[in-house]
Amino acid sequence: MFIKSVNITLNGDPLDVPGPVSVTALLESLTIDARRVAVEYNLVILKRAAFDQTIVREGDHIEIVNFVGGG
Amino acid sequence: MAGSIVASDHFVIAGKTFQSRLIIGTGKYPSNAVMAKAHEASGADMVTVAVRRVNISDRSKESLLDYIDTSKMFLLPNTAGCYTADEAVRTARLGREAGLSNWVKLEVIGDERTLFPDNEALVEATRILVREGFVVLPYTSDDPIVCRKLEDAGAAVVMPLGAPIGSGLGIQNPNNIRIIREFSRVPVIVDAGVGTASDATFAMELGADGVLMNTAIAGAQDPVAMAESMKLAVRAGRLAYRAGRIPRKMYATASSPVEGLVGR
Repeated sequence: MFIKSVNITLNGDPLDVPGPVSVTALLESLTIDARRVAVEYNLVILKRAAFDQTIVREGDHIEIVNFVGGG
Repeated sequence: MAGSIVASDHFVIAGKTFQSRLIIGTGKYPSNAVMAKAHEASGADMVTVAVRRVNISDRSKESLLDYIDTSKMFLLPNTAGCYTADEAVRTARLGREAGLSNWVKLEVIGDERTLFPDNEALVEATRILVREGFVVLPYTSDDPIVCRKLEDAGAAVVMPLGAPIGSGLGIQNPNNIRIIREFSRVPVIVDAGVGTASDATFAMELGADGVLMNTAIAGAQDPVAMAESMKLAVRAGRLAYRAGRIPRKMYATASSPVEGLVGR
């Protein structure tokens, strides 16, 4: 199957990823454990259950956050 | 007697009971391994974490959560670094999705150099998040009126600072902490400013229900030893507060009998 490339903004930086793909597939391709992150898709925070159905397309703005050390 | 005081002394926030009145951070340790040992030594069962962008370009870094046993340790995401109510609300929502609960340590910072809170924005963010079902633990100034407003906005606790974050200056305004305890119907947690064990004890002696700290432990030369010292300090202060100290007097009162002295 022919997979195109889409340009997205990921955590503030432009990035070309194969797509359109689901958020689950995007996380997998970035070797990110989906259980340990939160994803904001075009300013809407996704429930983890929606990762499979949400498709990343050209021009989308994605934020992926996790927990780091803090006080 | 001590048994009865200890046995009946639960630390409850929004219906959840904690074993320890010491809440500690996860930032600035020399390593994750040292952090894990310090957590163990502290006896704490709640730790704060920050919410930040995943490093996309460098995936080699180990994950903080590999060093925290979340079956024993309750994770409290913070909104550190947020300067507006909007930013703090957005970060709180992300923390909820990344984590396991709807609790948040709410910070809205008003000034970079002091990291003092913007209390107006803090109250606004508290109101929004409480409406969304969050359990909100706001970091605030040591101002009894602001604490009252936060409580009225639905905060689960109030967390007045003892001194600026990371300063280690100790409790700068003890009388305000005492008044905040007197005014509040929710638990009072002294958050920030502790430098050493006696500061934590002092906070608890003033009536604080808990103490939250990061740098005092993480920045100590031996974080694991300091973590244990803080465990004892918080416990000592709590016991002293509940035991009821003697009143201060201006002159001496002899501890030994004044009658029966030899040669009189």
